[in-house]
Amino acid sequence: MVDTALIGWSRAQFALTACYHWVFVPLTLGLAVIMAVMETLYVVKKDEFWKRTAKFWQKIFGINFAVGIATGIILEFEFGTNWSNYSWFVGDIFGAPLAIEGIFAFFMEATFVAVMFFGWNKVGRKFHLAATWLTGIGASISALWILVANGWMQHPVGMEFNPDTVRHEMVDFWAVVSNPVAISKFFHSVLSGWMTGSVFVIGISCWYLLKKREIRFAKASIRVASAVGIIGTLAVMFTGDSSALHVAKYQPMKLAAAEGLEDGGPRAPFSIVPGVEIPGMLSILATHDIDGFVPGINDLLDGYVAPDGTEVLSAEAKKERGDMALAAFKAYRENRETDPAAAAEAKKVLEENVEYFGYGYIDDKEELVPDVWLVYWPFRIMVGLGCFLLLLMILVLWFERKNRIEKMRWLQWVSLCSIPLVYMAGQAGWIVAEVGRQPWAIQDLLPVKAAVSSLSKGAVMTTFFIFVAVFTLFLVIEIRIMINAVRKGPETGAEDGTAAVEGAQAGDR
Amino acid sequence: MFEYGFLQQYWWFIVSLLGGLLVFLMFVQGGNAMIFSAGKNERQRQMIVNSTGRKWEFTFTTLVTFGGAFFASFPLFYSTSFGGAFWVWVLILITFVFQAVSYEFQTKAGNLLGKNAFRIFLTVNGCLAPLLIGTAVGTFFTGSDFTVNKEAVGDSLAPVISVWGSGWHGLEAVTDFRNLLLGLAVMFLSATLGCLYMINNIDDRELVSNIRKNLPWAAGGFVLFFVAFMTAIFLSEGYAVDASGTVFMEKYKYWHNLLQMPAVLAIFLVGVFSALYGIAKTIFKDGYRRGIWWTGAGTVFAVMALFMLAGYNGTAYYPSYSDLQSSLTISGSCSSEFTLKVMTYVSFLIPFVLAYIIYAWRSMDSKSITAEEIETTDDKY
Repeated sequence: MVDTALIGWSRAQFALTACYHWVFVPLTLGLAVIMAVMETLYVVKKDEFWKRTAKFWQKIFGINFAVGIATGIILEFEFGTNWSNYSWFVGDIFGAPLAIEGIFAFFMEATFVAVMFFGWNKVGRKFHLAATWLTGIGASISALWILVANGWMQHPVGMEFNPDTVRHEMVDFWAVVSNPVAISKFFHSVLSGWMTGSVFVIGISCWYLLKKREIRFAKASIRVASAVGIIGTLAVMFTGDSSALHVAKYQPMKLAAAEGLEDGGPRAPFSIVPGVEIPGMLSILATHDIDGFVPGINDLLDGYVAPDGTEVLSAEAKKERGDMALAAFKAYRENRETDPAAAAEAKKVLEENVEYFGYGYIDDKEELVPDVWLVYWPFRIMVGLGCFLLLLMILVLWFERKNRIEKMRWLQWVSLCSIPLVYMAGQAGWIVAEVGRQPWAIQDLLPVKAAVSSLSKGAVMTTFFIFVAVFTLFLVIEIRIMINAVRKGPETGAEDGTAAVEGAQAGDR
Repeated sequence: MFEYGFLQQYWWFIVSLLGGLLVFLMFVQGGNAMIFSAGKNERQRQMIVNSTGRKWEFTFTTLVTFGGAFFASFPLFYSTSFGGAFWVWVLILITFVFQAVSYEFQTKAGNLLGKNAFRIFLTVNGCLAPLLIGTAVGTFFTGSDFTVNKEAVGDSLAPVISVWGSGWHGLEAVTDFRNLLLGLAVMFLSATLGCLYMINNIDDRELVSNIRKNLPWAAGGFVLFFVAFMTAIFLSEGYAVDASGTVFMEKYKYWHNLLQMPAVLAIFLVGVFSALYGIAKTIFKDGYRRGIWWTGAGTVFAVMALFMLAGYNGTAYYPSYSDLQSSLTISGSCSSEFTLKVMTYVSFLIPFVLAYIIYAWRSMDSKSITAEEIETTDDKY
């Protein structure tokens, strides 16, 4: 029997790596756009001020970039080291996006990031600008392919189970790539990176305003970042809405857990916090219809009849179908070389029940309910902070345009203090997505306990603590280096300071 | 258009090519291994770090792509080796992770550990990563201790397909001297490539003179261990597969493979002679700087040939010495025909990727790194 402690430590290790990875990646995605816009302004306006501004944020980007790569490589190989059964069972589908990501996105990033950092005096201005944009595009395409893979785990499509090779095999690449869950997830994640980059730039810029230094630089950075951030946040909200529809349709247990909804029904309420609800709001979010039926945790465990008359099986019934699928699989394997008729019969039963294959590994229906607390609260943190940060960016842009931002010390403080909040929102989002998926590695097909490698608990515990130490060390060092770089400032020379404000107002607007 | 058998062979070729490119690009590791031995003062060390530092992401990305391509085309290898030889891969990853951050962190104020600590990380990665990767690849010829049982998926209590036999989870590979020979050969090869790359990339008489002094030692080590490994492998039994898929031991299997596949023999010989030519010309001709291209190309060819020897001509490329029939073969461990076909179409775009890499590389390397540049520019590590 697979050791439950091994599963727990393997999950913890992957979660640790993913969470740390998502500390660094969104800033990379967001800063890439912001600094590319700034460099574009430099090339268009031929104003050295924009070059120095872009170079400062590129320096911050560089400090952050390497740690994102370092945590990313661990994530990729952990699919093999910690989830070896998963790697075989779904590698035929999952591996392809990962390889495409490497061939196209990573090489684009790797090639042009070197030009961006070291090429200012080696290549032409336009080539350098192209390199900066291509670095950002490469980073975003990297996210596309890994999120196609992740979206497939949430909503597996475009494949068939092959009992001869004992794995799921891809039969429709386009279905995998155009998976609506993956598309929403891609835009939701990448654009949340724009939010992160924007809030980060606004916060640092406000620190300069609080210190009454680098005024022109700070205001110009705020202007670009808040514009990018507002666009990103509005798009995040839009894609969040489509994500909610997908979750309701394909992962109803995740939605029920995120809402703490024990018993569902039509006109389901949205819980703001326990005890405070908006009637009918959850139905609107999940189905775009106030009368829409949203199943609760108990409905999903006990089974229910949907408003359109579809009977949704109970957990026990799904478990029975999963057991039948596993038994048929074994029968097929035993008979395929000796008794073709028995093998054909077993294969037929397997095909009829394969959509519940993963339930064959489930021992108790309670396993099917993710940790409600760990999904409910992060969802509220994500949505609440997202709304707050949108408001903040609108306010910052408004007061900057009115030339009042320098006097709004409270807003400068709020902006500075909001930097950790945008990270909390991002982390919370991934916790909702991934904890809400439990117990599944692949929704309905492979639970995490059947996906794990055959390792000792001690080995995984050891590497968990090694990674905790290494990643934490990197994070602490990164923060210290960034603080030093910010204190040192952008070195925008004589153009900085209050006198430059007038120039900014006259020249840049 | 493409038959399944062809696609399987094609993807083993692509994996072999990526393996060859990865070993070539480990000139980054080789260069870093000499930060303290060739760099006699701070300026020289900075030049070495900046020379390899502008290429490290290619090596890193090739490693990631090598892993990704293996995952996509031979998922049973990914599952068996990474999940089984756990400690070897974790150690390799940790050294690369430290390398990734060390460039950026080493000279930055507030880096907590000090400049030298990060340079030591680079040096450790420079030695250990090629050694471990070479040792791990050695098991492609010597075998590992694992079993593969696909029936396990039907067991709801113990569904894991690939199970490693040794509790050392891969570290036991060092107990076979042939694996160590390949590890040492790759380590010295990367040092050789590092010398040749820096001779080409750095324009500093004193530093280049130091590097040139290191070159014969690195190249000598490489030749010694490479010849020893090849001799040991050619004289050993190999893991052969018959038409029914049954794995059996065959004496001199890898030598037979070399003779029975003239194209691979040609690739191997071209690779070895090209590598040696680049080394010899750089050692014996003062001022010659283009050795990296001869030896680099030779490395790609020779490593490709090694992978081909391990996988083609009815050979189990990832053998199990504890359960012969669990050994992984190209046809038994690859992805489905559909996936390989999709991936093959994708691979046709690789020349486009190579083209922009070459263009950007040439643009960046049109001028060699000089002490003056390091002293005057802000665009450096």
